[in-house]
Amino acid sequence: MLISNIEVIPNKRVVEHLGLVQGSTVRAKHAGKDIMAGFKNIFGGELGSYTELLQESRDEAVQRMQEQAQAIGANAVINVRFSTSAIAAGASEILAYGTAVVVQDT
Amino acid sequence: MDVIIQLGVFLLLLALGYFFGRRAEQKHYRSIREREDRLRSLVVISERFPPPELLRHGTQLVSGNVVVSVDYFKTVVAALRNLVGGNISSYESLLDRARREAVLRMQEEAESLGADAVINIKFETSRVSGNAGQALGSVEVLAYGTAMIRP
Repeated sequence: MLISNIEVIPNKRVVEHLGLVQGSTVRAKHAGKDIMAGFKNIFGGELGSYTELLQESRDEAVQRMQEQAQAIGANAVINVRFSTSAIAAGASEILAYGTAVVVQDT
Repeated sequence: MDVIIQLGVFLLLLALGYFFGRRAEQKHYRSIREREDRLRSLVVISERFPPPELLRHGTQLVSGNVVVSVDYFKTVVAALRNLVGGNISSYESLLDRARREAVLRMQEEAESLGADAVINIKFETSRVSGNAGQALGSVEVLAYGTAMIRP
Protein backbone atom coordinates (compact mmCIF):
# COMPACT_ATOMS: atom_id res chain seq x y z
CA MET A 1 0.00 0.00 0.00
CA LEU A 2 1.20 3.46 -0.86
CA ILE A 3 1.60 5.75 2.16
CA SER A 4 2.58 9.34 1.53
CA ASN A 5 2.38 12.73 3.13
CA ILE A 6 1.89 14.63 -0.14
CA GLU A 7 -1.48 15.14 -1.78
CA VAL A 8 -0.57 14.64 -5.41
CA ILE A 9 1.41 11.51 -6.23
CA PRO A 10 3.50 11.72 -9.41
CA ASN A 11 2.37 9.25 -12.12
CA LYS A 12 -0.79 8.39 -10.18
CA ARG A 13 -4.32 9.63 -10.38
CA VAL A 14 -6.87 9.53 -7.57
CA VAL A 15 -9.99 7.79 -8.87
CA GLU A 16 -11.91 7.37 -5.63
CA HIS A 17 -11.91 9.19 -2.33
CA LEU A 18 -12.79 7.09 0.72
CA GLY A 19 -12.40 9.52 3.60
CA LEU A 20 -10.29 9.79 6.72
CA VAL A 21 -8.51 6.79 8.19
CA GLN A 22 -6.52 6.76 11.40
CA GLY A 23 -4.50 4.58 13.70
CA SER A 24 -3.32 5.27 17.21
CA THR A 25 -1.42 3.57 19.96
CA VAL A 26 -0.45 4.25 23.56
CA ARG A 27 2.78 2.74 24.78
CA ALA A 28 5.06 2.84 27.79
CA LYS A 29 8.46 1.44 28.65
CA HIS A 30 9.03 -0.61 31.79
CA ALA A 31 9.96 1.19 34.99
CA GLY A 32 13.66 0.25 34.75
CA LYS A 33 13.98 2.23 31.54
CA ASP A 34 12.14 5.14 33.15
CA ILE A 35 14.62 5.17 36.03
CA MET A 36 17.54 5.12 33.60
CA ALA A 37 15.93 8.04 31.78
CA GLY A 38 15.77 9.88 35.12
CA PHE A 39 19.54 9.47 35.45
CA LYS A 40 20.03 10.66 31.90
CA ASN A 41 18.27 13.88 32.90
CA ILE A 42 21.34 14.70 35.01
CA PHE A 43 23.98 13.92 32.40
CA GLY A 44 22.18 14.85 29.18
CA GLY A 45 22.40 12.98 25.89
CA GLU A 46 20.13 10.90 23.74
CA LEU A 47 17.56 8.55 25.26
CA GLY A 48 17.95 5.56 22.97
CA SER A 49 15.23 3.49 24.63
CA TYR A 50 12.61 6.22 24.21
CA THR A 51 13.66 6.91 20.63
CA GLU A 52 13.14 3.23 19.89
CA LEU A 53 9.84 3.14 21.79
CA LEU A 54 8.38 6.03 19.83
CA GLN A 55 9.62 4.62 16.54
CA GLU A 56 7.93 1.30 17.31
CA SER A 57 4.69 2.96 18.30
CA ARG A 58 4.70 5.08 15.18
CA ASP A 59 5.12 1.99 13.01
CA GLU A 60 2.25 0.40 14.92
CA ALA A 61 0.01 3.43 14.39
CA VAL A 62 0.78 3.44 10.65
CA GLN A 63 0.09 -0.28 10.55
CA ARG A 64 -3.35 0.22 12.13
CA MET A 65 -4.15 3.07 9.79
CA GLN A 66 -3.15 0.87 6.87
CA GLU A 67 -5.41 -1.97 8.08
CA GLN A 68 -8.32 0.42 8.33
CA ALA A 69 -7.64 1.70 4.83
CA GLN A 70 -7.41 -1.83 3.47
CA ALA A 71 -10.71 -2.75 5.10
CA ILE A 72 -12.54 -0.05 3.15
CA GLY A 73 -10.87 -1.00 -0.11
CA ALA A 74 -8.24 1.71 -0.51
CA ASN A 75 -4.89 1.12 -2.17
CA ALA A 76 -3.19 4.29 -0.90
CA VAL A 77 -3.25 6.69 2.02
CA ILE A 78 -2.24 10.21 1.13
CA ASN A 79 -1.63 13.38 3.12
CA VAL A 80 -0.57 11.43 6.20
CA ARG A 81 0.10 13.39 9.41
CA PHE A 82 1.50 12.35 12.77
CA SER A 83 0.59 13.67 16.15
CA THR A 84 2.05 12.89 19.57
CA SER A 85 0.84 13.63 23.06
CA ALA A 86 2.14 12.70 26.47
CA ILE A 87 -0.96 11.47 28.26
CA ALA A 88 0.74 10.22 31.44
CA ALA A 89 4.18 9.96 32.96
CA GLY A 90 6.28 7.66 30.79
CA ALA A 91 3.48 6.91 28.32
CA SER A 92 2.67 8.61 25.07
CA GLU A 93 -0.04 8.43 22.47
CA ILE A 94 0.87 8.40 18.82
CA LEU A 95 -1.73 9.13 16.19
CA ALA A 96 -1.34 8.73 12.44
CA TYR A 97 -4.10 9.89 10.13
CA GLY A 98 -4.59 10.43 6.45
CA THR A 99 -6.96 10.24 3.52
CA ALA A 100 -7.75 6.81 2.09
CA VAL A 101 -7.98 6.82 -1.68
CA VAL A 102 -7.94 4.53 -4.68
CA VAL A 103 -5.20 5.49 -7.13
CA GLN A 104 -4.48 4.35 -10.66
CA ASP A 105 -1.33 4.62 -12.75
CA THR A 106 -1.66 7.28 -15.41
CA MET B 1 24.98 19.78 58.62
CA ASP B 2 21.96 18.78 56.55
CA VAL B 3 22.18 22.02 54.65
CA ILE B 4 25.80 21.41 53.78
CA ILE B 5 25.01 17.90 52.48
CA GLN B 6 22.12 19.19 50.40
CA LEU B 7 24.24 21.97 48.99
CA GLY B 8 27.01 19.46 48.27
CA VAL B 9 24.63 17.17 46.37
CA PHE B 10 23.26 20.11 44.41
CA LEU B 11 26.72 21.33 43.45
CA LEU B 12 27.82 17.80 42.53
CA LEU B 13 24.82 17.33 40.23
CA LEU B 14 25.42 20.75 38.74
CA ALA B 15 29.06 19.92 38.04
CA LEU B 16 28.19 16.50 36.59
CA GLY B 17 25.53 18.08 34.40
CA TYR B 18 27.90 20.79 33.24
CA PHE B 19 30.82 18.53 32.32
CA PHE B 20 28.98 15.52 30.92
CA GLY B 21 26.26 17.60 29.28
CA ARG B 22 28.73 19.91 27.58
CA ARG B 23 30.83 17.02 26.37
CA ALA B 24 27.78 15.22 25.01
CA GLU B 25 26.57 18.38 23.28
CA GLN B 26 29.92 19.13 21.63
CA LYS B 27 30.26 15.54 20.46
CA HIS B 28 26.74 15.60 19.09
CA TYR B 29 27.30 18.88 17.22
CA ARG B 30 30.50 17.50 15.66
CA SER B 31 28.66 14.43 14.42
CA ILE B 32 25.74 16.54 13.15
CA ARG B 33 28.03 18.83 11.15
CA GLU B 34 29.91 15.91 9.64
CA ARG B 35 26.76 14.14 8.51
CA GLU B 36 25.15 17.35 7.25
CA ASP B 37 28.16 17.90 5.00
CA ARG B 38 27.87 14.37 3.65
CA LEU B 39 24.12 14.55 3.03
CA ARG B 40 24.04 18.05 1.55
CA SER B 41 23.31 16.68 -1.94
CA LEU B 42 20.07 15.10 -0.73
CA VAL B 43 17.75 18.09 -0.89
CA VAL B 44 15.06 18.50 1.76
CA ILE B 45 12.29 20.98 0.93
CA SER B 46 8.98 21.86 2.50
CA GLU B 47 7.23 22.23 -0.86
CA ARG B 48 3.97 20.25 -1.05
CA PHE B 49 4.20 19.44 -4.74
CA PRO B 50 7.16 17.68 -6.32
CA PRO B 51 9.36 19.88 -8.54
CA PRO B 52 8.93 19.19 -12.29
CA GLU B 53 12.25 17.36 -12.67
CA LEU B 54 11.17 14.77 -10.10
CA LEU B 55 7.82 13.93 -11.65
CA ARG B 56 8.90 10.45 -12.82
CA HIS B 57 10.10 9.52 -9.34
CA GLY B 58 8.52 7.04 -6.94
CA THR B 59 7.37 8.18 -3.52
CA GLN B 60 7.69 6.81 -0.04
CA LEU B 61 7.12 8.14 3.44
CA VAL B 62 10.35 8.49 5.42
CA SER B 63 10.81 9.66 8.98
CA GLY B 64 13.47 10.20 11.59
CA ASN B 65 13.01 10.70 15.28
CA VAL B 66 15.16 11.37 18.30
CA VAL B 67 14.59 11.85 22.01
CA VAL B 68 17.16 14.06 23.72
CA SER B 69 17.43 14.67 27.40
CA VAL B 70 18.29 17.85 29.26
CA ASP B 71 21.13 17.78 31.76
CA TYR B 72 20.97 19.11 35.29
CA PHE B 73 22.98 22.21 34.47
CA LYS B 74 20.61 23.22 31.67
CA THR B 75 17.61 22.73 33.97
CA VAL B 76 19.10 25.01 36.61
CA VAL B 77 20.11 27.68 34.09
CA ALA B 78 16.61 27.60 32.59
CA ALA B 79 15.00 27.90 36.03
CA LEU B 80 17.13 30.97 36.79
CA ARG B 81 16.37 32.45 33.37
CA ASN B 82 12.66 31.99 34.08
CA LEU B 83 12.93 34.51 36.89
CA VAL B 84 14.19 37.33 34.71
CA GLY B 85 12.74 36.25 31.36
CA GLY B 86 14.45 36.24 27.96
CA ASN B 87 16.05 33.67 25.71
CA ILE B 88 16.66 30.32 27.34
CA SER B 89 19.68 29.50 25.21
CA SER B 90 20.37 26.26 27.09
CA TYR B 91 17.08 24.85 25.77
CA GLU B 92 17.51 26.43 22.34
CA SER B 93 20.65 24.43 21.64
CA LEU B 94 18.91 21.28 22.88
CA LEU B 95 16.02 21.66 20.46
CA ASP B 96 18.31 22.73 17.63
CA ARG B 97 20.33 19.56 18.06
CA ALA B 98 17.25 17.38 18.26
CA ARG B 99 15.71 18.85 15.12
CA ARG B 100 18.86 18.60 13.05
CA GLU B 101 19.41 15.04 14.23
CA ALA B 102 15.85 14.06 13.28
CA VAL B 103 16.28 15.55 9.79
CA LEU B 104 19.58 13.70 9.39
CA ARG B 105 18.01 10.39 10.33
CA MET B 106 15.22 11.01 7.87
CA GLN B 107 17.79 11.85 5.17
CA GLU B 108 19.74 8.69 5.97
CA GLU B 109 16.61 6.59 5.54
CA ALA B 110 15.87 8.36 2.25
CA GLU B 111 19.45 7.83 1.08
CA SER B 112 19.25 4.10 1.77
CA LEU B 113 16.14 3.97 -0.45
CA GLY B 114 17.98 5.72 -3.28
CA ALA B 115 16.12 9.02 -3.08
CA ASP B 116 17.11 12.28 -4.79
CA ALA B 117 15.10 14.57 -2.53
CA VAL B 118 12.66 14.67 0.35
CA ILE B 119 9.66 16.93 -0.09
CA ASN B 120 6.90 18.21 2.18
CA ILE B 121 8.90 17.89 5.38
CA LYS B 122 6.94 18.30 8.59
CA PHE B 123 8.14 18.55 12.17
CA GLU B 124 6.47 17.32 15.28
CA THR B 125 7.77 18.10 18.75
CA SER B 126 6.56 16.65 22.00
CA ARG B 127 7.80 16.30 25.52
CA VAL B 128 8.49 12.91 26.95
CA SER B 129 8.88 13.31 30.65
CA GLY B 130 8.28 11.42 33.83
CA ASN B 131 7.51 14.60 35.71
CA ALA B 132 4.52 16.01 33.87
CA GLY B 133 3.79 19.60 34.75
CA GLN B 134 7.26 20.28 36.09
CA ALA B 135 10.45 21.25 34.33
CA LEU B 136 11.26 19.89 30.90
CA GLY B 137 12.59 16.33 31.07
CA SER B 138 13.24 15.26 27.54
CA VAL B 139 11.92 16.23 24.16
CA GLU B 140 11.12 14.15 21.15
CA VAL B 141 11.42 15.55 17.66
CA LEU B 142 10.03 13.75 14.66
CA ALA B 143 10.75 14.82 11.10
CA TYR B 144 8.86 13.19 8.25
CA GLY B 145 8.44 13.73 4.59
CA THR B 146 8.08 12.07 1.22
CA ALA B 147 11.23 10.65 -0.35
CA MET B 148 11.41 10.97 -4.13
CA ILE B 149 13.03 7.73 -5.23
CA ARG B 150 14.93 7.42 -8.51
CA PRO B 151 12.92 5.35 -10.99
